[in-house]
Amino acid sequence: MSNTLTHPAASPYSDREQHAVANHLGMWTFIATEILFFGGLFASYSLYRWAYPAAFVTGSKHLEFWIGTLNTGVLLTSSLFMALADLAVRAGRRGALRWSLLATWLLGALFLGLKFYEYHLAAKEGHVPGAHFRLEVPQAPQVELFMFLYFAMTGLHAAHMIIGLGAIAWLLWLNHRRRLGADHDAPVSMVALYWHFVDCVWIFLYPLLYLVR
Amino acid sequence: MSSPVLIPPAPVPGPRPPDYLAAGHTIGSWLLTLDHKRIGLLYLFAITFFFAIAAFAAALMRIELLTPAGDLVTSETYNRLFTLHGVTMVWFFLIPSIPATLGNFVIPLMIGARDVAFPRLNLASWYIFMLGGLFTLYAIVMGGVDTGWTFYTPYSSTYSNSHVMAMAAGVFIAGFSSIATGLNFIVTIHKLRAPGLTWGRLPLFLWSMYSTSIILVLATPVLAITLLLIVLERCFGVGIFDPKLGGDPLLFQHLFWFYSHPAVYIMILPGMGVVSEIIAAFARKPVFGYEVVAASSMAIGVLGFLVWGHHMFVSSQSVYAGVVFSLLSFLVAVPSAIKVFSWTATLHRGHISLETPMLYALGFIGLFTVGGVTGVMLATLAIDVHVTDTYFVVAHFHYIMVGGAVMAFMGGIHYWWPKICGRMYPEWPARIAALTIFLGFNLTFFPQFVLGYMGMPRRYHVYPPEFQALNVLSTAGASILGIGYLMPLVYLTWSFFRGRRAGPNPWGATGLEWRTDSPAPEHNFAETPIVTTGPYHYPVQP
Amino acid sequence: MSPGLAFAFSDWGPGTASSVAPRVDLIFWTILGVSAVVVGGLAFANLYFLIRYRRNSPAPRPPLRIKTAWLESAWITATTVIFLGFFFWGASVYLFAERPPAGALTIAVTGRQWMWDIRHENGRREFNELHVPLGEDVRLVLTSEDVIHSFFVPAFRLKQDAVPGRRVSAWFRATKSGTYHIFCAEYCGTAHSGMVGDVVVLPPARYAEWLERGNAMEDLTQRGRRLFLRYNCSGCHDQPAAVHAPVLTELYGAMVPTSDGRMLRADDAYLRDSILWPQKDVVAGYEPLMPSFQNVIPESDLLDLIAYLKSLPGRQPPPAGPGESSRPLPP
Repeated sequence: MSNTLTHPAASPYSDREQHAVANHLGMWTFIATEILFFGGLFASYSLYRWAYPAAFVTGSKHLEFWIGTLNTGVLLTSSLFMALADLAVRAGRRGALRWSLLATWLLGALFLGLKFYEYHLAAKEGHVPGAHFRLEVPQAPQVELFMFLYFAMTGLHAAHMIIGLGAIAWLLWLNHRRRLGADHDAPVSMVALYWHFVDCVWIFLYPLLYLVR
Repeated sequence: MSSPVLIPPAPVPGPRPPDYLAAGHTIGSWLLTLDHKRIGLLYLFAITFFFAIAAFAAALMRIELLTPAGDLVTSETYNRLFTLHGVTMVWFFLIPSIPATLGNFVIPLMIGARDVAFPRLNLASWYIFMLGGLFTLYAIVMGGVDTGWTFYTPYSSTYSNSHVMAMAAGVFIAGFSSIATGLNFIVTIHKLRAPGLTWGRLPLFLWSMYSTSIILVLATPVLAITLLLIVLERCFGVGIFDPKLGGDPLLFQHLFWFYSHPAVYIMILPGMGVVSEIIAAFARKPVFGYEVVAASSMAIGVLGFLVWGHHMFVSSQSVYAGVVFSLLSFLVAVPSAIKVFSWTATLHRGHISLETPMLYALGFIGLFTVGGVTGVMLATLAIDVHVTDTYFVVAHFHYIMVGGAVMAFMGGIHYWWPKICGRMYPEWPARIAALTIFLGFNLTFFPQFVLGYMGMPRRYHVYPPEFQALNVLSTAGASILGIGYLMPLVYLTWSFFRGRRAGPNPWGATGLEWRTDSPAPEHNFAETPIVTTGPYHYPVQP
Repeated sequence: MSPGLAFAFSDWGPGTASSVAPRVDLIFWTILGVSAVVVGGLAFANLYFLIRYRRNSPAPRPPLRIKTAWLESAWITATTVIFLGFFFWGASVYLFAERPPAGALTIAVTGRQWMWDIRHENGRREFNELHVPLGEDVRLVLTSEDVIHSFFVPAFRLKQDAVPGRRVSAWFRATKSGTYHIFCAEYCGTAHSGMVGDVVVLPPARYAEWLERGNAMEDLTQRGRRLFLRYNCSGCHDQPAAVHAPVLTELYGAMVPTSDGRMLRADDAYLRDSILWPQKDVVAGYEPLMPSFQNVIPESDLLDLIAYLKSLPGRQPPPAGPGESSRPLPP
């Protein structure tokens, strides 16, 4: 019988621990690729901030400061719950795992909800770069460039958040099917690592976008 | 004294397990396979298809260039042809070629494992690759793209009226396939080595693949974001790269080359690894200076990230940046030179036989060296100002990519062919093909060095008549090269089904992959091998 | 005798016509020579080993006596030292070639799809030709109006990208009279390989003479009007006319309805397209009668015509908004 997706052969690992270690190495390597992925945007941001400092201040002032700040708190709290989920699975406490994953998910969804509301406000006021941009300020093209970077960076971040929500939903399903526990905690620790990374990216985005003065 | 002793295969207890080719004959068993060997073959099939498309474009270009006037195709079409050739060859042939075909097939065998670390990710990577290919084919069928494979802005982001977004999407998606492959190999090499296979005993192919994998995972994401930015700029008309809207066209070049220079090391490092394996096997000797060659692979990987600005010496970047990049470019050339010296030294006092894989490996050494010394010329600032963006550069990179990487790929295919299909390819047709490729290649590309120095720019549809003679030579060479490539297509396909059956180790080579049956059993090894010696442990004989 | 063969027997290479060219050639030939020696040596060594140490040959193969570490250090060091030598030499020639000397004659070069627009200090303008004096330092100030181009004169070993939004300098001193190719060396679209021209190196006296002659600072729009009459655009577009054709005053910057229901802004690209491909965007309410002037009107005349049309009384367009152009981009 051939080794296929529907009939997988025995794993290439000799024991569970080897598999867990491999998973971790894989996840960290993936995080490294993500750092480089966002890195291109950070590099572009750095160039244009150096070139147009005043326009960046103007642009930053036109962002919804309070939503951004609130969102930072929301995301940090969600990371807290994700860490609790990680602890819970290692202690084998399925109930605690369920609640902490749910809390993480809800806070993540709240973050996205606030984000999309923020985008909606920006669209209404003509801050979206492109054909409908209509901010009447000095250096408007450069402010538009700031806005482009704002939407690109937070948009890419939001896309990662959506994927993260999907991953957490998957964990909730796995937990529901009793497939998570102290001896099978790899999925949780990997999603947790991913979630913390996405949180970290936001920690950098927030001051670079909202706190330019 | 006595003839060399063949390394005996490990005895297999009990009934023979099915080989991987026999284990399942349905379409499903191939398209849903988790077996790294079958995935390697799926990739082989795919890249051969893309190679044919790109080669066809090259043939049309070379025929057009027989005459100075643009009389075969229009300029629009010509520009789309060279873009298609570049995009398809780079991202849908060269980057995946050795890693995704030979790497996938051989790495678990070479380290004594049953499969790669993440078999499902491996299968997913093939589907992602095919999805990227689909977008690219769509772009081609809808008329193609005319930006050149380098997508320079603002032409690609604002001015081009072609299907840039579809093609960029295709490359973007295929990039994730590269990342997945690299990630898989890194974890595999770290975590799945057989007992006793320490880093210091790793065959050099694995050192090269390890370095390649690091570049794959770190460089490709930068390409991804760069392509995404072009797409966003075309969609929304923002000016991230358009100076009329405050943007900087050089930002694109920096981002693009930050990936694309390491990308060329993705293309050549695996080939160097294959050559090391072949030289050792056919000279029946350990590779000279093993530690230094392994360290060179890692050095090339690291230094390769620091030299991207040598593609931009005349771009209007600062002259002082140019000086720094030139210095670093010379430094990255040193490890490659060391490898060439080491391979030559390996031949000294060896026991050399000249079967087809060895012919390709020797061809690699010669042609890669020519490509390399012309690379040194390009790193030299004063020379580069004259020859950049001319046929000199085109000749340089074809010497490395075709004379180097493709020759190594062919050598590796022939070398591991018995392990792949349990049969031998026919030796004399293979040697003739190798020679045809070598001669055709040189006739095609050597005249281009001269053309470049004379001043013929690249990507030129029409050219002044004084360049014609050399162009005619080049096209003549290309037709010979084309015949040379068709021959293996024919005899390898034939030998897959009808070749002479091969035993576990027809070359008498060292390496764990030769300690198991040909074709490889489905789960590679009946029991996990234990390694007790270094690589290339050929018995020393006077 | 075919041009190709004629070349083969003439002056080797692209010509040597600038002060820096021999220096570039010297370093090139030196590296080539050193490489040939090394590659030749490697080839010989390989061939020798292949023959002497072929399988089952009787050559003795005792284990190596020397310490391999010495050999490896030697060739690593030698390679690095030689490379550093080339680096320093190349960098010094480069720094000389890239820094225009003070007091150089300055000429503005603007690349645009697909032509070189060259303006001398006294206003004299030329297209795809660059007249320069022999033996004097000349500084080119390069820019582009659209995409990246590159000004390449093989005979001078000179190349510099013309980047939109930037002004970059390149310089040379011509050392031989004659005519030399100009190529565009950065792919820039359809007619990239047609964006060629000639450098004409004249003895200083004749150059000065040439500079004084010819069309210094003629008003572009006056010239455009003359062309409008010469190409008989006025036959249809000046009122009154026998043919029903759109009026061209108040055109530039306006929104124009087309016969197939689109609304286009009459910007520079629209004007250009309307002259070269008039069937593309026929104005609503008019017949597609206008002939194409592609291959009839050369690039330079086209520019003057467009300048004239822009000068006609009418609304000034706002700067092109992002995402706005007369041609939507395909997906």
